[in-house]
Amino acid sequence: MAQVGPFRIERAETTGWWTVAVSAAAVVAAFLVAGAVFWAYGLDPVRAYAVIVRDGLLAPGTLPEVLRPTIPLLLVGAGLVLAFRAQVYNIGAEGQLLAGAVAATWVALFSGLRGPMTLPAMFAAGFAAGALWGLLPAVLRLRLSVNEVISTLMMNYVAQYLVSWLVTGPWKGPSVRGFAYTDPFPADAWLALIPGTRIHWPTLVVGVVVAAAGALLLGRTTLGFEIRVQGENPEAARYVGVSALRTTLLVMALSGGAAGLAGVGEVAGVHHKLLDPTQVSLGYGYTGIIVAWLARGRPLAAVLTAALFGLIYSAGDVMQVSLQMPFRVTSVFNGLILFFLIGSERLLAYRIRWAPARVAVEAPAAAGASAPPGEE
Amino acid sequence: MRSDAGVTADLSSAAPVRLAVRNITKSFPGVLANDRISLDLRAGEVLALLGENGAGKTTLMNILYGLYQPDAGEILLDGRPVRIHSPRDAIACGIGMVPQHFLLVRRHTVAENIALGPAGTPFWRPVRQVAARVEEFGRRYGLAVDPHAAVWQLSASEQQRVEILKALLRGAEILILDEPTSVLTPQEAAQLFEVLRRMRGEGKSVIFITHKLDEVTAVADRVTVLRRGRVVGTVPAAGADTAALARMMVGRDLDRALPPRRGRPGPPVLEVSDLWVAGDRGRPAVRGVSFTVAAGEVFGIAGVAGNGQRELVEALTGLRPPARGQVRLRGVPVRGWTPRQLARAGVAHVPEERTRAGIVPSMSVADNLILRRYADPPFARGLLLRPAEALRAAADLIAAHDIQTPSPHRPARLLSGGNIQKLILARELSADPSLIVASHPTAGLDVATTERIHRLLLEHRDRGAGVLLVSEDLDEILALSDRIGVMFDGRLVAVVPAGADRQQIGLWMAGRAAS
Repeated sequence: MAQVGPFRIERAETTGWWTVAVSAAAVVAAFLVAGAVFWAYGLDPVRAYAVIVRDGLLAPGTLPEVLRPTIPLLLVGAGLVLAFRAQVYNIGAEGQLLAGAVAATWVALFSGLRGPMTLPAMFAAGFAAGALWGLLPAVLRLRLSVNEVISTLMMNYVAQYLVSWLVTGPWKGPSVRGFAYTDPFPADAWLALIPGTRIHWPTLVVGVVVAAAGALLLGRTTLGFEIRVQGENPEAARYVGVSALRTTLLVMALSGGAAGLAGVGEVAGVHHKLLDPTQVSLGYGYTGIIVAWLARGRPLAAVLTAALFGLIYSAGDVMQVSLQMPFRVTSVFNGLILFFLIGSERLLAYRIRWAPARVAVEAPAAAGASAPPGEE
Repeated sequence: MRSDAGVTADLSSAAPVRLAVRNITKSFPGVLANDRISLDLRAGEVLALLGENGAGKTTLMNILYGLYQPDAGEILLDGRPVRIHSPRDAIACGIGMVPQHFLLVRRHTVAENIALGPAGTPFWRPVRQVAARVEEFGRRYGLAVDPHAAVWQLSASEQQRVEILKALLRGAEILILDEPTSVLTPQEAAQLFEVLRRMRGEGKSVIFITHKLDEVTAVADRVTVLRRGRVVGTVPAAGADTAALARMMVGRDLDRALPPRRGRPGPPVLEVSDLWVAGDRGRPAVRGVSFTVAAGEVFGIAGVAGNGQRELVEALTGLRPPARGQVRLRGVPVRGWTPRQLARAGVAHVPEERTRAGIVPSMSVADNLILRRYADPPFARGLLLRPAEALRAAADLIAAHDIQTPSPHRPARLLSGGNIQKLILARELSADPSLIVASHPTAGLDVATTERIHRLLLEHRDRGAGVLLVSEDLDEILALSDRIGVMFDGRLVAVVPAGADRQQIGLWMAGRAAS
């Protein structure tokens, strides 16, 4: 293994703390590069981060603003962890989220249902719609070997145009004049907020429950065992007779359903109506992919990673208001973080050890370490 | 350690040595793949490298092609020592390789595949010049192939020609062919031999890796025999006695005493009649095979890899649906059952590719030990797993089978090959199967583990299990089996009782009809 100065780089088993350290280093590296973006925008990166920390973290009332985007990200991310563990690459959470929002809107406005059962019915319908939106690509993969990365991605656009069509066409509210909205939901279909904030706490509870249930499913049930076997070694899964059909359908239904729940939370807790798809979801379905990736296969870790990205979303608001940058800067953050996370994947298999070389003996080895990479 | 010099014949009249391998040694964890191997390759000769699977042939060739670095020893090219760090170095030395599994871009055309890689391909429209040269070389060596055909449309034989052309166009003077006939029909093999003769006529040197005896006498000038990583000897191929070659290749040094059998074979456990199974390409790989395995009996299937054994095993373990025929397990028709149904019905399967299929490398030893039974009590109650039960069972199995692991929580991938195989056997045999399908159960393992696995299989035979043993190691088949079937070209060409003549079995394996 290579010797670089006083450090020795060697292959080793991946441990928990090392995974955390490498992931954190990737996020920090992304922030450093994002600093260059600030600089290119004509801002002093140090001052920009200081403003973000002050206005986005330390100012009173900022925590709820972090939590608000955390809620959909947690639901989407925790669900996607399950799919990724089975090596099913569901890129369609955005569409599944919108499908859930559409189903919840239907229950709220058009089903005629009123009273205390309205919200549970909306969550149930949202879960079912998200799951169905996920199952279609799953069936295509299993029956026709259609790559699910492509099909789930394409289903996002179908869902977006479906929502656009609904809010400009058949579901356009008679009471909203020229706007592309539905009518507002009846009061029974409004989620409770934590007083003084805009946090629809029932969805947050659902999110934490979904993450915990996902952890339980993966670690403690036979279905989770099958998901892990299928994901870690499909050949062995075939050999012991684990049904790829069943695990794929299961994880697509669960991850789609969880995204659907996120969609219910957005329309019932934030907007109280169905509106333009880019306002229903601020790219939560896509950012959720990074949330799940950063959680490295652990559904409960999605609670933390979702909060991190909630922070980035609220920082986006700060940058828009205090630094006059476009909100889309958050996409730059997200992209950089995903880039560095995937790039750091290889590092998980290595360890850096402090091994100061004794000059006389080790000098040639140290010289050898400066050779081009690939020479072991 | 004894000397690697064996029965080396002196051929003083031959051409100058082009490539010399001197004392090459290469070890992998737990295996000494090449042990001080030396051989010479002369200009204008075809040298056959003969040996069983695991004898170290492919390792040696991968060293010559720069894919592995030897632990010790040197390679001399025209008398000068060379270091081959990569295939690029090998090509620069004029060494080309035709791998057993072709490395072609299936969607690209022949010419595009050949243009890929070598220096000197023009940047703009790289294919134009190549196509003409493909046709020229094709005519010269009898390697006809359409340069504009897409690779996926070509037969295995044509793809092999593309690989040979690729090596020749890169200036190969020394061509290594790794088991080239394993994918060819006899007629295609004859064509290939003709190509090799033309190359020899032009002064090129060929190393031809094989374990088929008749090919050695058909095409080679000399033959170097490897066994267990060592050179057993080098002899002229002309007039070589195939029986003597077989003896050199297989050896006789594993005549260890195994426990005598107790009890007698009982009623049939497995009855297979007229079984047909399609191979990966859709052509029948198993063609009308019929046999029975009795309780308390080991039925060995001898044969060279690629003669339908893999497809037969997959069909019997539920991994590959048979096209037609009957399979009965203790009298019950089980054709088309899933792997899980068959396992529940008492079929254990020791798979050929132990790391790829037999374990989940990243999961713990304990999880791998319950891989078959995770959903059954006591390892699960309803949908819930009971990890404590898994750990308890794992601790017992680890102790009983002497699996070397510091902890049942350790990922299975960190075990050595022998311990992985012990893990698989522990798992598969823990359910007291009535039929054990063991595919190459000791390939690549050390002597001690091999013997342990043999004893384990015989122990279960004595307890009344039927054992179907598929192996390329003829010693293993002869040592364990009560009856031996020989598979060739998808058929069971002979079934003989234990104690049958080894040479005769070797000839059947090589496709010689019974005389």
